[in-house]
Amino acid sequence: MTILFSKKRRRPFRLPGFSLTLGFTIFYVSLLILLPLSMVIFHTLSLNWQNFLAIITDSRAISAYKLTLSTSFIAALLNVIFGTIIAWVLVRYQFFGKKFLDGIVDLPFALPTAVAGIALTSLYANNGWIGQFFSFKIAFTPIGIIIALTFIGLPFVVRTVQPVLDSFRTEEEEASASLGANRLQTFSKIIFPAMVPAILTGFTLAFARALGEYGSIVFIAGNLPFKTEITPLLIMTKLEQYDYAGATAIAFVMLLASFIFLFTMNGLQWLIQRKYSLNRSR
Amino acid sequence: MTKKMIFFVLFCLVISGCSSSNASEKESLTLLNVSYDPTRELYHDINEAFAKQWQQDTGQTITIQQSHGGSGKQGRAVIDGIRADVVTLALAYDIDEIAKNRSLLPTNWQQLLPNGSAPYTSTIVFLVRKGNPKNIRDWDDLVKDHVSVITPNPKTSGGARWNYLAAWAYAATVNRHNDAQTIAFMKKLYGNVEVLDSGARGSTTTFVERGIGDVLIAWENEAYLSLNEVGKDDFEIITPSLSILAEPPVAVIKKNTQRRGTNEVANAYLSFLYTEKGQEIAAKNYYRPRNKKILRHYNTQFPSVKLATINDFGGWQHAQKIHFTDGGLFDAMYQ
Amino acid sequence: MSATLLPEAPKQQKIPKVHNPKTPTTTKEPLIVQWTLIGISVAFLSLFLLLPLAMIFISALQKGVVVYVEAITNSEALSAIKLTLLVVLIVVPLNTLFGILSALLISHHHFKGKSLLLTLIDLPFAVSPVIAGLIFVLIFGAQGLFGEWLLNHDIYVIFALPGIVLATLFVTVPFVARELIPLMQSQGQAEEEASHSLGASALKTFIYITLPKIKWGLLYGIILCNARVIGEFGAVSVVSGHIRGLTNTMPLHIEVLYNEYQFTAAFAVASLMSILALLTILIKNVIEWRSKEVSS
Repeated sequence: MTILFSKKRRRPFRLPGFSLTLGFTIFYVSLLILLPLSMVIFHTLSLNWQNFLAIITDSRAISAYKLTLSTSFIAALLNVIFGTIIAWVLVRYQFFGKKFLDGIVDLPFALPTAVAGIALTSLYANNGWIGQFFSFKIAFTPIGIIIALTFIGLPFVVRTVQPVLDSFRTEEEEASASLGANRLQTFSKIIFPAMVPAILTGFTLAFARALGEYGSIVFIAGNLPFKTEITPLLIMTKLEQYDYAGATAIAFVMLLASFIFLFTMNGLQWLIQRKYSLNRSR
Repeated sequence: MTKKMIFFVLFCLVISGCSSSNASEKESLTLLNVSYDPTRELYHDINEAFAKQWQQDTGQTITIQQSHGGSGKQGRAVIDGIRADVVTLALAYDIDEIAKNRSLLPTNWQQLLPNGSAPYTSTIVFLVRKGNPKNIRDWDDLVKDHVSVITPNPKTSGGARWNYLAAWAYAATVNRHNDAQTIAFMKKLYGNVEVLDSGARGSTTTFVERGIGDVLIAWENEAYLSLNEVGKDDFEIITPSLSILAEPPVAVIKKNTQRRGTNEVANAYLSFLYTEKGQEIAAKNYYRPRNKKILRHYNTQFPSVKLATINDFGGWQHAQKIHFTDGGLFDAMYQ
Repeated sequence: MSATLLPEAPKQQKIPKVHNPKTPTTTKEPLIVQWTLIGISVAFLSLFLLLPLAMIFISALQKGVVVYVEAITNSEALSAIKLTLLVVLIVVPLNTLFGILSALLISHHHFKGKSLLLTLIDLPFAVSPVIAGLIFVLIFGAQGLFGEWLLNHDIYVIFALPGIVLATLFVTVPFVARELIPLMQSQGQAEEEASHSLGASALKTFIYITLPKIKWGLLYGIILCNARVIGEFGAVSVVSGHIRGLTNTMPLHIEVLYNEYQFTAAFAVASLMSILALLTILIKNVIEWRSKEVSS
């Protein structure tokens, strides 16, 4: 019903500028994203199927995928937990230094990843400011990779959750409270569902960003094959051995993985948003 | 309209890109030297001396631009079109690849200059922490339990390939060329590696700055440099009983120099490396000079050591194929 | 819409003021929870963000102000700064234009394949910078698609400014668009439709209706885009060729210094970039604060 209604309402009021914006967007995306990326596919096609399969299922490549996926996932999860808490604190509470903390959240966006990598490695190495307090190694292990990826992805979650909380109307919370719900119930039934799409977006962005991260990781990972070698490094390694076909084959796998992941998340996002907006409009 | 604008901007980009390079060529003579990682200090000094010499001889001012990076990465950049006039890389294989892939220079490039086009040599030594707490004297000590080794990845670093081959040469000699035992030795050695950086400089930083590892396998020149840069009180150099004669080669990228009209100065630049002055500068930067007289003068700095050569491995093409390509012996180290 | 929203706003602010003294716990957590959450946030941010930042500045000033000033004013550092600024001046306006137009398209129009388009716009986020560099090498490299032609016409794309610009453009495509799309979607299009039905042109509608609504989101997107352009390392590293004083951007210059054992100088340039980052953050906050003052 709602869908029918909205479609009927919209058609006569179609805004102008469709062809201009569509034309430009398609042009820009094709020239800058599609064409360059299709080169990866094009070059991969120059390999025959057996070779391609042999390269991408090489045991070293597979352990690199595993490492990249697992560290990115853990880092994105950490970001969801801490990022949501930070967003909550920054929106809801008043305390000394809040403005400063709010500003500093953007730092990982602004700081070159190489600088971040060097700084984090110095901090978390065995003789570093933080590393010296731990009996186990942090830098040059997968833990180091997770730390760097968490650093890189933090602002994505905070900055997507923050505006949602900001615009959340307190009347709904008050209504919930006046109907007898306690704070935890209000949070889990009213506030949290409203935050889910934003949290999901944040997770998607942080995870996607982590998958491809290179600059900071090469400094903090030990780069040992089968142990701390991430996929982008493997591409770089192949490139420096003049193995363009091998590099593009691995790149192709990474591209496909990110594309499928993003596409699924965007679809999921759209479903959730639709459900959410339908619920609200009723 | 917007499309036109974009085209215009892109057009401007391209124009500004080429015009700026054209302008700089007309104003003064420039030379681009694409080199590998640890030669930064060496070519800083060489460039200064050569520019002075060239000014005296011809009256022309010359600016020498430098690009440094891993040897393989730099070779790739030349193949992909960086307009290098000369390359000074870590191993002959990388220059071979340039000749093979784009024929930017004749395939017999190694015969065009004396000493196989390697004006200076170096070797592979160990850098250990002061007092040598793990008592490391030779390659044998690197495969002992609880010894942590730092060396770069042979797949990406030229220096690391020399490291690997030096270790191999030792293991093969000790094991009387029994391949299985040699491989077992190498596996043990690379099992002790704690951080496998992508470049020689990265490894030095890991060892020196981060304090990781008991021993760093490094170029002799790199080891001396870190000793001098960071402090003699923290580290010691250990020369193993057998090492390898590392010959970093140089070559003029003929197709580029012909195009840019820099052929003459590029050749003069590389010849300068062979002059007494050039050799002296190399020795001062801890590279072993080819010139006997200058080598004698610096002999306290360069202890004599038994050296294997790349020819013991059948040349670079062969060594690369056996050891370093995908599925080669190095890959087996981690399986 | 806005006419009905406005009177509501002050009401919203009054309600909690009346209710708070009576029922303080209904819309607030217990103090202990509040302070625990604040504690976690502060600890996390200090450990992950403040400490690295502090380390950069302390390492930069380790050898005194003279070394610091020398490190950021020598000719190689200056040319790196100049190149970085030039790239910013080209890339940021282009991607801003794209961000606005694509956000207009996606939030105001319905068409097939929207989800696909969104995914494509997002893709550069997820593409490793290494691949971003690689693709331009595959196109413009000497052995690439246009390699031969470019060589014969003496046009340098990679290992020169155009290559650096292209790689940076690619990496930063989503920044403005990604900031604007959810914002404009949540704002709806009723006002634009009203303006249009009253006879205003598309451009007029954009300037007088849409732009004021999105300006802070737009600004934030531009700031993010700008920051990433300045800081991009991986992609630029593949296409730059690292020619000193010519194709080294600031992050590459830091790497060069770091590799030359000039750690203090490396951190000095890094601190300069951090100052730049902090400055953009400050500007953003000042603007936000002023905008709130104006609207209230």
